[in-house]
Amino acid sequence: MSQEIYARIRENPKFQAFTSKRNRFSIIMLVIMLIVYYGYILLIAFDKELLAAKLGSGVTSIGIPMGLGVILITIILTWIYVRRANSEFDTEAEAIIKESQQ
Amino acid sequence: MKFVKLSHVAVAVALAGAAGLAFAAGGDLGQTEKQATNWTAIVMFAIFVGATLWITKWAASRTKTAADFYTAGGGITGFQNGLAIAGDYMSAASFLGISGLVFGSGFDGLIFSTGWLVGWPLITFLMAERLRNLGKFTFADVASYRFAQGPVRSFAATGTLVVVAFYLIAQMVGAGQLIKVLFGLDYIYAVVLVGCLMLFYVLFGGMTATTWVQIIKAVMLLAGATFMALAVLFHFGFSPETMFAKAVEVHSKGDAIMGPGALITDPISAVSVGLTLMCGTAGLPHILMRFFTVPNAKEARKSVAWATTWIGYFYILTFIIGFGAIVLLIENPSAYYVDGDIAKGLVGGGNMAAVHLANAVGGNMFLGFISAVAFATILAVVAGLTLSGASAVSHDLYASVWRHGNVDSATELRVSRITTVALGVIAVLLGIIFEKQNVAFMVMLAFSIACSANFPVLFMSVLWKNCTTRGAVAGGTIGLILSSALTVVSPGVWEVALGNPKGSAWFPYSSPALFSMTAAFLVIWIVSILDNSEQAKKERALFADQLIRSETGVGAAAASSH
Repeated sequence: MSQEIYARIRENPKFQAFTSKRNRFSIIMLVIMLIVYYGYILLIAFDKELLAAKLGSGVTSIGIPMGLGVILITIILTWIYVRRANSEFDTEAEAIIKESQQ
Repeated sequence: MKFVKLSHVAVAVALAGAAGLAFAAGGDLGQTEKQATNWTAIVMFAIFVGATLWITKWAASRTKTAADFYTAGGGITGFQNGLAIAGDYMSAASFLGISGLVFGSGFDGLIFSTGWLVGWPLITFLMAERLRNLGKFTFADVASYRFAQGPVRSFAATGTLVVVAFYLIAQMVGAGQLIKVLFGLDYIYAVVLVGCLMLFYVLFGGMTATTWVQIIKAVMLLAGATFMALAVLFHFGFSPETMFAKAVEVHSKGDAIMGPGALITDPISAVSVGLTLMCGTAGLPHILMRFFTVPNAKEARKSVAWATTWIGYFYILTFIIGFGAIVLLIENPSAYYVDGDIAKGLVGGGNMAAVHLANAVGGNMFLGFISAVAFATILAVVAGLTLSGASAVSHDLYASVWRHGNVDSATELRVSRITTVALGVIAVLLGIIFEKQNVAFMVMLAFSIACSANFPVLFMSVLWKNCTTRGAVAGGTIGLILSSALTVVSPGVWEVALGNPKGSAWFPYSSPALFSMTAAFLVIWIVSILDNSEQAKKERALFADQLIRSETGVGAAAASSH
């Protein structure tokens, strides 16, 4: 039975569209993450003074909100992906599976 | 309670200006000296053990099949699994080591901890649901899905066992060092105690008990750290600026703690270490195994989102704890500094900053609690590692490679339990053998191998149509050999751990991943495209069905009934 379902899903153009849409989203999210993290690390490697520079008149440096920001962005990006995947993408996947079972 | 200075402290390495080496040192607690017996900590730990043994008894009644043993029957929810993953990842070394690094160098500690977090989005976006949809018990199930079972599973089991072994050594030695300084007991007690308790959890309660031990420990660690961070913030009227200003005023490095220090020097090491932590996380067998404990892809995604949240939150807490320790411990030098002299450093070494802070904000009871949590943390991580190693032997090597899958669940379960006992004995022996060794590099070595051997094979087998058995095995093996060899000849191991003269290390960077992982991917690619065997054609043809299952979950292993 499984083989038949696989065959029908394979031939369903919606499946192709679905996977490429989701993969595009995954890759965009991953690229954002890579830019944020490696941007931060390379900034430290190449320009330490910039991160040590003061934020306003206090002692807090720019590096601290940036570092905490990287942690928060990591968490937020993860949740954005999971929310969209668990609602929109899963609904589409279920619809494709249902079509192939008829 | 009194502490004596650690002789090899992670933070000391960072202070010595040994650049990226501090990254490697985060997985280790160094040598310690035995302290006066701390009964509060021991009683607190005994309560934890009592609770976990009670859970193990309950879990044992639910562990009847191999599926129960490996994956808790697939009945863990995403939220629970997220906590358990966070528990697996937040080790004693990361709690004490990162807060100690913040205490010693300030901002560098924050740079360090972000590196440990960035592997999680990678797992979320690319791996979590595909793992759940393709796998059953181990990551080898996923990697070998459309390939020749023998070679790919043998490779994956080797990768698992090597990673588990290095990780275990670091944990066992850490447990031994920690028990001396926190409980005032001998090294050997810790090693035997961790070995026996862990065996009890895994042997009788399998994944169900291991998961709940992780959850309890994660909640205790997060609660304890939250309390400490809140106490620190309360002290400064919830103004970070006030806290930083006071810290700059009292710290021996002054304003330098607000900017990047010696942690990151050359860009190649920085990128290479970043890659190791990022892709290494996605190749750790005991973490990957957790994705099979949830019922479906939805829950797998939720697990990783929760895990990322808790781990990120935890790193923010350790940052606050480190800064709080800078200010609060100096207010009472006679209690926390060697001979009451700030210049001589913290009693017990820089890694004890969080432990002393527990005493400063919560008194002796809370100190006992944090000490017990730190030790429980190691115990839980060791249980997870052992379970993962046991499943590689019983499910991959015994049931799949040796018996070609013709084995019933009861026999497989029996083999897993025998393997668990063997691994427990090996772990204790390794803990004893490595007592006097510098094992600072071992967690990093485990990450390097996970990132250069396990991750490329997993990634290419799931996502690249043209990957073949030969390509996967050849590339993975190259990654395994190269990452191990380059780690040994890197400055952190060759000079610091093995005691060769400075400057004699053949490989100049602090992490091999940039080279060894790239080599693994290249070899997988070249060998696969040159592979024109009948087997290779079959494997490429099977990709279409694998893709459908990995993307939609049709045909995925279901949760067993509970």
